[in-house]
Amino acid sequence: MAAAPPFPSEPPACWHCGQPTAESHFCPSCRRLQPPGGDYFSYLGLPQKLGIDLPEMEQRFHSLSRRLHPDVFFQRVETERQLSVEAAAFLNDAYRTLKNPLTRAEYLLALHGIRKNDPRISGAPLELLEEVFELKTTLDQIRDGDETAQPQLVQAREKIQKLLAEADRALDEGFANWDATGQRQTLERIAAVLTRRAFLRKLLEDSGVEPR
Amino acid sequence: MSDLRQSEILLGIDLGTTNSLAASMEGARPAIIPDAGGDKLVPSVVALTPQGELVAGRPAADLLLSTPERVVYSVKRLLGKGSAEVAEDLRLFPFRVVEGSGSVIRIRLGDRVFTPPEISAQVLRRLKANAEAHFGSPVNQAVVTVPAYFNHAQRQATKDAGRIAGLEVVRLLNEPTAAALAYGLDRRKQGIVAVYDLGGGTFDISILKLHEGIFEVLSTNGDTHLGGDDIDSLLTHLALEDILRQWGEDLSRHAVAVAALRLAVIRAKHALSTMPETTIRFTYHDRHYARELSRPRFEQLAAGLIERSLEPCRQAILDAGIDIRQIEEVVLVGGSTRIPLVREAVEILFQRKPHTELNPEEVVGLGAAVEAGILAGIRPDLLLLDVTSLSLGIETLGGVVSKLIHRNSTIPAAVTEVFTTAVDGQRNVLIHVVQGEREMAADNRSLASFDLKDIPPQPAGKPRIEVRFLIDANGILNVTARDLGSCREQSVEVKPSYGLTDAEVEAMIAESIDQAESDFCRRLLVEARVDADAILAATEKAMGQEAWFEITAEERREIQAALNQLRLAYQAEEHLLVRRHIDMLNQAALGLAERMMNSAVKAALQGKSIEEV
Repeated sequence: MAAAPPFPSEPPACWHCGQPTAESHFCPSCRRLQPPGGDYFSYLGLPQKLGIDLPEMEQRFHSLSRRLHPDVFFQRVETERQLSVEAAAFLNDAYRTLKNPLTRAEYLLALHGIRKNDPRISGAPLELLEEVFELKTTLDQIRDGDETAQPQLVQAREKIQKLLAEADRALDEGFANWDATGQRQTLERIAAVLTRRAFLRKLLEDSGVEPR
Repeated sequence: MSDLRQSEILLGIDLGTTNSLAASMEGARPAIIPDAGGDKLVPSVVALTPQGELVAGRPAADLLLSTPERVVYSVKRLLGKGSAEVAEDLRLFPFRVVEGSGSVIRIRLGDRVFTPPEISAQVLRRLKANAEAHFGSPVNQAVVTVPAYFNHAQRQATKDAGRIAGLEVVRLLNEPTAAALAYGLDRRKQGIVAVYDLGGGTFDISILKLHEGIFEVLSTNGDTHLGGDDIDSLLTHLALEDILRQWGEDLSRHAVAVAALRLAVIRAKHALSTMPETTIRFTYHDRHYARELSRPRFEQLAAGLIERSLEPCRQAILDAGIDIRQIEEVVLVGGSTRIPLVREAVEILFQRKPHTELNPEEVVGLGAAVEAGILAGIRPDLLLLDVTSLSLGIETLGGVVSKLIHRNSTIPAAVTEVFTTAVDGQRNVLIHVVQGEREMAADNRSLASFDLKDIPPQPAGKPRIEVRFLIDANGILNVTARDLGSCREQSVEVKPSYGLTDAEVEAMIAESIDQAESDFCRRLLVEARVDADAILAATEKAMGQEAWFEITAEERREIQAALNQLRLAYQAEEHLLVRRHIDMLNQAALGLAERMMNSAVKAALQGKSIEEV
């Protein structure tokens, strides 16, 4: 799923009592639930880091669900019931997006205005042209009934898998680097790796084509 | 308002394919509400009596053998569907679908026609009445369960049924999730559990994580066309073929015979859950059919259907992102899980003995009551986090689906998309929303078309209409739109692909009130006629007695005239008229009755009993 853009910042006044809300889930003055806002990390009370302690995040998700879920607001007025649907939907999307490291990274990139390139649009990254060419030739041979190309296909697949593993390692490094330094250029590097990775996955899918 | 909601009784209802039941919280625990006769289960059967009264439950089921053409069962299979989608059901079930039924099916019952939500509403009305009698106060709200794999239209149809029955469906709850709530009530249960729910007509599998009172659904899958009904149909057809061979007669066109045979095979199916063999016995017009059926033969027949439940289980495990060995327990739900082969299949797939301590027919209804308890604030320790079972997408160029909300996303779930125009000055944008997992829109279930109307004329690509798709906690889709240029609410016209429009539901609610009135009038007429029968019979009997000749000729003429008039009034469909003439006959016969009483006293004094007079 495409990373949602950060929510437009809401006026920080409570819809009910007009007091400042300090951007928390509930108004500190009247305790009314507020419309969801801010980014997914802050909504879950997490720093903008790419390394996440999953059990801890689950704990936060559960305890926030207990406070925001529509079931808890069943006996409240319509406005608050509607707000709880919005808040829970936002919380659920936040948890779903941050749970998976890839969507988490894409979301963080989007927060920083960096978009991962779509491999279907931007084509093959230059450094992978050789692999693409090799694979394409092999696949064509197999399609034409040349069974001797089978070992080459197996080889090509292994190579792509090796490159994928390398991409995953590069991502891990990039994640750690971002968490340590917070440098924008790290995010740009991560974006490049994500593009590369998406392309490799597509190649691997393509290489699964059975000979006719 | 909040006080009002609080003081009301909130029912939990399991609206099943075969049976339904209502439950509510008694303190912190759920309890089933029995009907006046002590029955917990209400058969999901609706009938139009020969007197023209709509009945549901046991009285309706009792009519199945005498007037099957006025009875309908398993209507849940048709909820939220168009006639093109139910061809298979129509082959196996004696539904009398009216020709020309389009996006909403219409079923004939005697001389009247009903939609599936109206039929389901009768069952709900019956449960509501049982509960009202039980509590001695009105009940207007309920949590109603649906198969997890029900799509938007089927859910909407269930809600419509509630509205028609005068019940606000405050929450639609997935059946396996409801079962998990009842199972995990005492909070001792922790870890990952699977709920395998094979009911009368539908199959669901859900994988949940139970953690300190939170029930988080990880994944769900299923088949809305798989259940015990299918086994019954299979056995019925087998027996019909047998009978054709043995008697040389095709009974499949005789509704009464098929209905009786179906009951016979269901009895045999039930027997085989506890015994190694049984006999299907069936009598029709003094001819007897008997067929030995062993459990192995039965299993051979049912194996294919049971096998069909296993692939959704594997998919659900995969989607949950867990290893099969992480599943702590498999909970069995639905009457069909009493079949030993089902239990074996589940045990082999999940590599553990399933949990069978819960009553598979009651656990879903109990769970619905628990959810009602959560909503009412009685069980603040529990919380359910459910998912949407089907992906939601929109049709894009070339008929390809662009997925907006993926299946197994925790609900509520929302996503916003921005749409624009393709032609200069374009005023409308049509968005086709589908539900399902396939790549092409045509292969998925069409939900609705949303027409963004009255877009201010601008160059192509200039307008920016933000559309928000929200799946609420009921699994129902809500769509709103906003013009980003003017920041105004954009009007959206919804054209549901299947199901009733709001106006149609409103009309049905109005009609059902009229209907309830006419049902009531009909009952008054029936009662008046019963009384008329009694007085006519008594008067006719008295005419031959001694007392008849003791009264004056004038009296005799008056009685005769009143008698004839009552006979005439009897034919009119008007209970007040019948009542008036009963009174007139009573009045005219007063003298005669006095004489008879005197004779009776005399007779009593002579040592005769009153009955002999």
